[in-house]
Amino acid sequence: MFDLLGEIIATMRKNKLRTFLTGFAVAWGIFMLIVLLGAGNGLQNGVQSNMTGLATNYENLWPGWTSMPYKGLRADRRIRFDERTVEFVRRSFPEIEYLTGILFHTTQSVSYGEEYGTWRVLGASAEATHIHNMIIRKGRFINEIDDLHKRKVIFIPRLVEEILFKNGEESLGKYVLVDGIAFQVIGTYDWVDGSTDTSIFTPLSTSTMLYDRGRGINRIDFTVKGMASIEEADDFDLRLRQAMGAYLGFDPTDTSAMYIWNNAKNSLQIQNVFRFINIFLWVIGFASLMAGIVGVANIMLVTVKERTREIGIRKALGATPWSIIKSVIIEAVFITTVAGYIGIMLGVGLMELVNKAIGSGAGEGGITAFKDPTVGLGIVFSALAVLVICGVVAGLIPSLRATKIRPIEAMRAD
Amino acid sequence: MIKIRNLNKTYNLGSPNALHVLKGIDMDVKGGEFLSIMGASGSGKSTLLNVIGILDNYDTGEYILDGTLVKGLSETRAAELRNRKVGFIFQSFNLISFKNAMENVALPLYYNGVPRKKRNALAMEYLEKLGLGEHADHLPNELSGGQKQRVAIARALISRPSIILADEPTGALDTTTSREVIEIMRDVNLKEGITMLIVTHEAAVAKATDRVIYLRDGKIESDKHNPNPVIEF
Repeated sequence: MFDLLGEIIATMRKNKLRTFLTGFAVAWGIFMLIVLLGAGNGLQNGVQSNMTGLATNYENLWPGWTSMPYKGLRADRRIRFDERTVEFVRRSFPEIEYLTGILFHTTQSVSYGEEYGTWRVLGASAEATHIHNMIIRKGRFINEIDDLHKRKVIFIPRLVEEILFKNGEESLGKYVLVDGIAFQVIGTYDWVDGSTDTSIFTPLSTSTMLYDRGRGINRIDFTVKGMASIEEADDFDLRLRQAMGAYLGFDPTDTSAMYIWNNAKNSLQIQNVFRFINIFLWVIGFASLMAGIVGVANIMLVTVKERTREIGIRKALGATPWSIIKSVIIEAVFITTVAGYIGIMLGVGLMELVNKAIGSGAGEGGITAFKDPTVGLGIVFSALAVLVICGVVAGLIPSLRATKIRPIEAMRAD
Repeated sequence: MIKIRNLNKTYNLGSPNALHVLKGIDMDVKGGEFLSIMGASGSGKSTLLNVIGILDNYDTGEYILDGTLVKGLSETRAAELRNRKVGFIFQSFNLISFKNAMENVALPLYYNGVPRKKRNALAMEYLEKLGLGEHADHLPNELSGGQKQRVAIARALISRPSIILADEPTGALDTTTSREVIEIMRDVNLKEGITMLIVTHEAAVAKATDRVIYLRDGKIESDKHNPNPVIEF
C-alpha cells in the first residue's frame, strides 16, 4: 500500500502541471461554492439580525390624513388616535397578543446633576416589553400600576445611564430631570439586536398627560398570534382597515388615512426573497462546481495520450489492468481530496476574514448587512464528494480505454 | 521454451478488409537460444513477436511458452506471465519519461511485488553491470540512444525472464552503439542463459545470431542455422 502511494506520488510529482491544473479546478469549484453560499447566508443572517429588535409577529399602526371623502365627510381630515382607539383595537381583535399605544416626545434636556443630554421619550404601557425585544439590565419595566397612577418614572437605555451617571453611580431610584420635571429611574435596558436607539420609556398615561399636544397617540404597536402566511397577514390587515375605518370614519381603501407596518408580512416577504437568492446562489454555486468538474475531466482527457503510452509500457512490463485502474483512482481521489481541502480552507478563511472585517466595522453600529457568513459542513463535504467522484470518473474513463488497448498499439502512440 | 503450432492471426477478422498476417506458423525455440527473425516490412514478424510476448492474441493454433499454453488468457493472467517470463526491448526504448534510469529498471519488480529498497538495489546492480551506474538518477532524455537502450536491457533483465524479445533493438542506433548493444545481448545470453529473440531487418544483426528465421507473407520461408555468428557493423 505504501509502495502504491509512493508510486502515485512520484507520478504526480513528475506531472506537476497536470496535478496542479486538476487540483486548481477542484479547489476553485469548492472555493466559489463556499464563498457564494457563505455570502448568501451572511446576507440573510445580517438582515435577520437587524429584525431581532422586534417580535416577528409585530405590527403597528399610525394615523395619517384622509385622501377620500367618506360618508359625507370631506377628504383631507387628520385622523387621530387616543386611548379609546387603543382599547377599540384590543377589543375588536382577539388574536392580538400584546398591545400598547406609543406617544413620542422629543425632550429639550434630560439631566442628572451636571450631566445632561437630549433623547426621545416614548410613552408606552406595560405590554411594550413583550413587543420590543429588550434585555432588562437593572430594575424593572413600566407596570400597570405606574400607568394607572400616571407615575413619573422612566426606564432608560444603558447608553443614557452611562452618560448621566458617571463613575458607576447607582441610577435606580434616582431622580432625573426631563424638561424640568423629575422622573424616577426604575430600570435600565439594552436592545437584543445591539441597536443604539436611545429611547427612554415612561408610562403612556404620564406621557399623554404631559406631552400630548392634541395630536393624540402617535402609534399603536401590537403582536398578532397565528400569521403564518402572507395571505393571512393580508387578510388581517384588511379586517383591521375595515374596523378602524368604520370606527374612526375613513374609507377602508384610503391607505393614507392610516398606515400599517406588518412585520410578519415583511419578514415573510424577506424570507421569500432569501429563498429566491438562495436558489440563485445554489445555481451559480452548482455551475461553478460544474466548471470545476469540466476542468478536471478536460485535463484528465487531454493527458490521456501521454497516459496511453505510459499505460502501454507498464502493461508490457507486467502491470495488471486492475493495478493500473487502482493507481488512477487513487491518484484522482488524492488530488481532488487535497485540492478540495485547500479550496475549503481558503473559502472558509476568506469568509472568516470578511466576517471579522465587517464585525469590527459594525460592532457599535447595530445595523449590519452581513453576519456569520458560514456554510454548513454537510454541504461542503457533499460538494467535495461530488468533485472527487467526478475526478475519479473523468480519470477512469480514458484509463479504462487505455487498458483495453493492446500495449503495442498504446506504445506506438507517439 | 517456445512451441508454436499452426498459428494463424488475421486483423479485422470478418470484415471485408481482413488482413491475414500469420498463416500457419510452426516454430520451436529451445532454452538459451540466440536467434533472429528477419523479413520485409509487412511480413508479419512484428506481429509474431507480439504474440510471443503475449502483447497480442491469435486466432487459431497453439502457442506454448515455457510449458504454459498461452490461449484466451485473462488480462490479469497475461500480465502476470509477461511480468515473470518475458522481457522486452523496443526500437523506441519505451522508457517512462518522468522516471529516472534506476526507477525505469526497477519498474517490473514493482509489479512483481518486490519492496522498494530491494528493487532499487537490484536495479542499481543491473545498471552497474551495464556500465550505467553513474547515470542511475538521469532521466531518459538526459541519456544517449545507446544508454537508453542499455537501460531498457537492464529493465528487461531485472525480472530474470526466461526469454527476452527485442523488436528492432538497433533500429534507432548508429553502428557503434548497435554493435555495443548486440554484444551486450550476446553476453547476457551466454552468461545468464536467457533465450534471446531478435526481430530485425538488418542483415548485420541477423549475422550475429545462431539461427535466422525468414518470414515472408506470414509464412516461414526458411529457418537456417548460422554456424559462424559474427558481430560486425
